Amino acid sequence: MVRFEQVAMRYGAGPEVLRDITVELAPGSFHFLTGPSGAGKTTLLRLVYLADRPTSGTVSLFDQNVARLSRDALATFRRKIGIVFQDFRLVEHLSAYDNVALPLRVAGVEENRVRAHVTELLDWVGLADQMAALPATLSGGQKQRVAIARAVIAGPSLLLADEPTGNVDDVMADRLMRLFEEMNRLGTTLILATHNEALVARRGHPRLHLDKGRLGIEPAPARQLP
Amino acid sequence: MRRRLDIPFDRDGSGRFLPWLIALMVYLAALATSGALALDSALASWDRGLSGTLTIELPPDAAGSADAVAKLLTVTPGVLAARPLSHAAMAKLLEPWLGPALPADALALPLLFDVSIDAARGVNLGSLRAALAAAAPDAVLDDHRLWLDRLANLIRSAEATAIAIVALIGSAAVLTVIFTTRTGLSVHRDVIELLHLMGARDAYIAAQFQYQALRLGLGGGLIGLALAVATLLGLGHAADAAAILGESALPLPALRLEPIHWAALLLLPAAAAILAMLTARLTVLGALQRMP
Repeated sequence: MVRFEQVAMRYGAGPEVLRDITVELAPGSFHFLTGPSGAGKTTLLRLVYLADRPTSGTVSLFDQNVARLSRDALATFRRKIGIVFQDFRLVEHLSAYDNVALPLRVAGVEENRVRAHVTELLDWVGLADQMAALPATLSGGQKQRVAIARAVIAGPSLLLADEPTGNVDDVMADRLMRLFEEMNRLGTTLILATHNEALVARRGHPRLHLDKGRLGIEPAPARQLP
Repeated sequence: MRRRLDIPFDRDGSGRFLPWLIALMVYLAALATSGALALDSALASWDRGLSGTLTIELPPDAAGSADAVAKLLTVTPGVLAARPLSHAAMAKLLEPWLGPALPADALALPLLFDVSIDAARGVNLGSLRAALAAAAPDAVLDDHRLWLDRLANLIRSAEATAIAIVALIGSAAVLTVIFTTRTGLSVHRDVIELLHLMGARDAYIAAQFQYQALRLGLGGGLIGLALAVATLLGLGHAADAAAILGESALPLPALRLEPIHWAALLLLPAAAAILAMLTARLTVLGALQRMP
């Protein structure tokens, strides 16, 4: 599903943010991505969701070297990837409904199907009464739920989430984690970046740990009862 | 119904001035185009009016040859009619320059023959000149071609200038749209990157910009056209008023627009909008190529 071979990354003439990373994530796997601030988690995620190209090395997604893909093929690949950004990146002039609908509209889904999917998902994340609300009027937690709904609405094969439970209470965090795990059970590959060690320990998934640009892999711990 | 756009164009000032710039450009282009069309129409009218006629001029001291000239013209193949202009008619022609006070009898005026010719059959001008030289050596045959050719050259130059002005205006419009689109790309970079990461193809993002450019271009174009039509109608009324008051007594056809010319002017806003749309599309597609 995701394969990095000797990947290194630096921005401009700056220092290397990622160094010699070689890793392969199987389809349907669930990994936490951890590491201190500045360790390169966001950079690694940007490489996976095709926002950047590595300085050296090879990134392969869905068994294909992305450097060899045409622009059209890259767009098709991106539609298979859902992203929850740490800063949500909601479009400020669009309502919660339209933000969540965006990936479907980009993919050319018919409007009646868009309406049915978006309404159902916003209801599921507890925002049925906020569909027309603009992001500026939503709380941090509500924005995060809109961002998560937008990331999962198109049923991505690969879901990348950067601190997806950082702004919600424990009950909602648990609910969202169950959503991610349910998607994973249905076949979606997940990489979830977090600082929350308790969450990592509690959910029992393997961990990719970044430190000073180097990646280590830790197997899943014995799962604790919630 | 207004189309929903993912990119918040209404929130940046880059597109605020575009309609007014397009309006100004369409206004100037409409005036230049209507000027060129009216001149072209006037030239065709002059050409039609003069191609079926000849003028034969006899100096005042050669008026005795008038009968010989008249007789020659009656037997010349292709001549439909030949009419010597009376003194009164000559005075009327000269009135715009000399005024009504000067009696025509006081001037030594040449005798003019206004000759109508069969346009289809034509007249052999070489033979007529030779026969005229024998019958009245001082007579001058004028087929108006020299005057018409000089006038045509002048009008063609004016038309070329008008076309160059329209081309310059079009180039300025293209540069304006490129600048506005690039500003929009910069201002909305975050949303564009987001759409890009969601799998939006370049054409999807370009469509948003091109729709916005089409909307602004059409709006501005219609404003410019309305102002240009008002200006042209005002000029037309001013010309009519001058004619009624006798202030435009020169024997020149009026510079007027035909219905087809008005129809051509109506196309200008659409042309401006389509030009803006295509420019925006190409600018966005070029810029997106630089994204990974």
